[in-house]
Amino acid sequence: MRPILLSGHERSLTQIKFNKDGDLIFSTSKDKVVCAWWSANGERLGTYSGHQGAVWTVDVSPNTVLLATGSADNTVRLWNIKTGECVKTWDFPTAVKRVAFSPDGSKLLAVTEKRMGFLGTIVVFDIAYGDGNLNDLDVQAEEPSLRITCDESKATVAGWSYLGKYIIAGHEDGSVSQYDPKTGDQLENVQAHEFDHQINDLQFSPDRTYFITASKDKSAKLISASNLAILKTYVADTPLNSASITAQKDYVILGGGQAAMDVTTTSARQGKFEARFYHKVFEDEIGRVRGHFGPLNTIDVHPAGTAYASGGEDGYVRVHHFDKPYFDFMYEVEREQQRK
Amino acid sequence: MAPSFDTLTEQDFHEEEEEEVDFSDLKEQYEVKLEEGLDTFVVIDGLPVVPEDSRQKLVKFLLRKLNTVGHTSEDAVFMPLNDKGMTEGFAFVEYETPEQAVGAIKQLHGVPLDKKHTLAVNKLMDIERYGREGRIEEEYQPPQLEPFKEKEHLRSWMGDASARDQFALYRNDKVGVFWNNKSNPPENVVDRAHWTQLFVQWSPKGTFLASVHPQGVQLWGGASFSKQKQFPHPFVQLIEFSPLEGYITTWSARPIQVEEGQPVLTYEEDGKNIIVWDIETGKPLRSFVSHDLAPGFDADGDVQPKKKVQWPAFKWSADEKYVARMLQGQSISIYELPNMNLLGRTSVKVEGVNDFEWSPATVTREGIKQYEQLLCFWTPEIGSNPARVALMSVPSKEIVRTRNLFNVSDVKLHWQSQGAYVCVKVDRHSKSKKSMATNLEIFRVREKGVPVEVVDSLKDTVINFSWEPNGSRFVLINTGEAPAGAAVAPPKSAVSFFAPEKKGNTPGNFKLIRTVDKKTSNGIYWSPKGRFVVVATVHSQSNFDLDFWDMDFEGEKNEAEKDLAANLQLMKTVEHYGVTDIEWDPTGRYVVSSASVWTHSMENGWNLHTFSGTTLSENPTEKFKQFIWRPRPPTFLSKEEQKQVRKNLREYSKEFDEEDRYAVDIANTAVVEQRKRVLSEWVAWLRREKEIQAEEREAFGLPEDADSPKLAKDARIGGQEEGDAIVEEIVEEIIEETEEVIG
Repeated sequence: MRPILLSGHERSLTQIKFNKDGDLIFSTSKDKVVCAWWSANGERLGTYSGHQGAVWTVDVSPNTVLLATGSADNTVRLWNIKTGECVKTWDFPTAVKRVAFSPDGSKLLAVTEKRMGFLGTIVVFDIAYGDGNLNDLDVQAEEPSLRITCDESKATVAGWSYLGKYIIAGHEDGSVSQYDPKTGDQLENVQAHEFDHQINDLQFSPDRTYFITASKDKSAKLISASNLAILKTYVADTPLNSASITAQKDYVILGGGQAAMDVTTTSARQGKFEARFYHKVFEDEIGRVRGHFGPLNTIDVHPAGTAYASGGEDGYVRVHHFDKPYFDFMYEVEREQQRK
Repeated sequence: MAPSFDTLTEQDFHEEEEEEVDFSDLKEQYEVKLEEGLDTFVVIDGLPVVPEDSRQKLVKFLLRKLNTVGHTSEDAVFMPLNDKGMTEGFAFVEYETPEQAVGAIKQLHGVPLDKKHTLAVNKLMDIERYGREGRIEEEYQPPQLEPFKEKEHLRSWMGDASARDQFALYRNDKVGVFWNNKSNPPENVVDRAHWTQLFVQWSPKGTFLASVHPQGVQLWGGASFSKQKQFPHPFVQLIEFSPLEGYITTWSARPIQVEEGQPVLTYEEDGKNIIVWDIETGKPLRSFVSHDLAPGFDADGDVQPKKKVQWPAFKWSADEKYVARMLQGQSISIYELPNMNLLGRTSVKVEGVNDFEWSPATVTREGIKQYEQLLCFWTPEIGSNPARVALMSVPSKEIVRTRNLFNVSDVKLHWQSQGAYVCVKVDRHSKSKKSMATNLEIFRVREKGVPVEVVDSLKDTVINFSWEPNGSRFVLINTGEAPAGAAVAPPKSAVSFFAPEKKGNTPGNFKLIRTVDKKTSNGIYWSPKGRFVVVATVHSQSNFDLDFWDMDFEGEKNEAEKDLAANLQLMKTVEHYGVTDIEWDPTGRYVVSSASVWTHSMENGWNLHTFSGTTLSENPTEKFKQFIWRPRPPTFLSKEEQKQVRKNLREYSKEFDEEDRYAVDIANTAVVEQRKRVLSEWVAWLRREKEIQAEEREAFGLPEDADSPKLAKDARIGGQEEGDAIVEEIVEEIIEETEEVIG
């Protein structure tokens, strides 16, 4: 099916998120604007303006009431999704590269950059949802309830495991660590990717028992949240910026491409700007989707597994709704398994 | 700040103590040799013992021998006498130059003087060095014989049950040898990191794999690719095997500096660039200085820019008995093997000689009993003399055939693989020198008197030409003048196929079969068995097409071509982005196209195709450098046996097809089994994980939907007063499309 092209951003995309119902898409870009779109037809619902720098990251609360964004202007902002107003701003000494709500929406984590004499940190805030009628959303804690300092290698991405039991973080040196969200202690650290190859994305499975990491080392790994055991490895031929696990079908989608700084010297064919589909269990590449003319920076899958959206360095978001053959495709052994 | 005595630490003291270690052994080893003045002296042993009176006679007799290799005189021979007035049986001889002394040792050592006496010639320095007291054990100790070790069979790969071929793959800094498994992943034989520094190369019959290092060349072979031979040519850059694998030539831009203690190289090799080695012994046969390294002077005395290295500098005759080198514009030197002496002691003077080629096979010529090697060379127009192409027979050095040519700007010599024809591609300019055209002058070497056939219907310059191996057809590519703005669009080229007319047993005149216009092709790659040919565009920025042609298509034949010994058919065209190299396997079954990082760094890797252009596998490989098939030695089957095999091909192929099917089945089952296992493991893991999660949830006393948002319900229901908003979603689906043409 023809993809829906969302062309509302003027600069490269940084992150895309579907809400839990999958009817909305939120996208952030280096052009300082956060956009909300209808996923079904690509119509723009509105924007959230206020950030003074490139917006690096976005997350939606599970109840689609609050939107959190992190930016290069050293702030994390909370927005009322419905009205578009900014209800809360937290200031930091450095840029914020990743925000993520806990599965129940009661907590928000933010990953801050290491710069200007400040170490990279992961901070956690308690989130309140007012009186339940979208009032008093601006009543939020001023100070974080937890602060984890990454003194070895800065965290680049982070997220919550099932029940909010662990905070999982991917690091600049290619390792993945597991933290206790109550005490902030590091429980485990595994060198999942090649040393010194940054982890660019970390996304959880629908049940949050495992997650996928995408790294500069041209591979993506499926890792267990409880013990950080590497379950699967997906090898690509280009540095990866994003990876996502599809619901319903057992696939993963990887996106990346030649680093943006090298792109000008090569043709589009060379850049490998394609979304790659791999079978989650068998680790085989199944297919590719072309379209972007810059590296893919971010990919997110519809929570029901019926569509996916990719955002590229080229400034476009492409929303693809899956066709019937996508759902029909099955390995012979899977079919057998199903028959049993 | 330099440390003063006060600030010296304990450690510094220790360092000084260490210097007192006894280095005498090292000093001795690296002692500066001050005996340079004695380089011209040799010691001769094994002379007859004569009284003083006949000493003079003996010296004179000896001098005759000595002067064959250099210059020396009676005064320079010192033959001491003992107390009894008898000579001692040895003499000291001084030559004019150290080179002559070395020559004397090489050529006179072990040479008989008369029936009873054999000369033993050594350097005076060596006598000093090795004969010094204490260096020689008083008692003779027999050398230990190495126990016999069975060597690996060097042709073990030929015994493969399914007759697969091997190839060497050089990527990143690893070199591996693999079995070709068609569309299945290749089977690894060996894979070694840093196996070579520059490149790898098979010997012409596939026995050895050569690796090139700054220290020299190494040959590997046998089933496990163990080290077979070493040729320590420092900073070697290019190598060349002789056709029967007897010899190897190595070249380095840097003149060799022979250091003391070098076991293989001697003074002889000092300052040389090229060494011809005997592969069997691993010893250098003879070494040379490159002709083309010294920049020449033109008529005005200006230094000309350095010319490109001519490689191979030494060209081998097909029977490996001769090797020849050309001194541009002057002469061809032919050396005889195995002693590497100049044939007839002189080079063949050919004024203006520009290039030469040996016939790749020993040719049987009509009416000539003696089968000699043939060599073809050409000279450009000099003054009022026309350009000339000539065939010379070696070793008789007799000119078999010459042909004069006019208005020549360049000539290329192309031998057919059996030496049956040599095609002389002549690029000619018009009188005004403005337009160019190409003539083909084809020498029919086998026929009586070597008739020459001229193909001159070619308007533009021919950029590539190739004979069919073991056949009499050829393909050429010609190009028009590059259009304006050629930097954008590559110049168009036209591919022409030629075949002889059918005429009894002997092939008739060469005729054009077809010309394919508007191509960008520049490479011609014949199957080593003939019949099939790949015409491709390589090293291009924008075109990457490979055309697979069949010259003997078994279908209907074009009426116009019915009297030609060919039926041309394009089988398939494939594309390989960035292709730089194309190589046929030695059996002519597969073609590999590859894109090497040596040329560009885009999508490096190699693709495997069948002879007919079906792509079997694509192997993108990072930092891919080189793919080379292992050559096969010629078959042992006689012509009749080969014919027999061809006749029963149907039956053989049945067997092989069966095997293939079986292999596919096995592979499929293995894959399915593997997948089954992986899937069941995954499902089990998921189930376990779910259980753990449920347990934990219970332990925490959390409800089933603990992960769902707590306040979602409130937020949703108690939203704004407008109540339930209905979002209308219109989805259009095209069920059918029909197209009607009206009118």
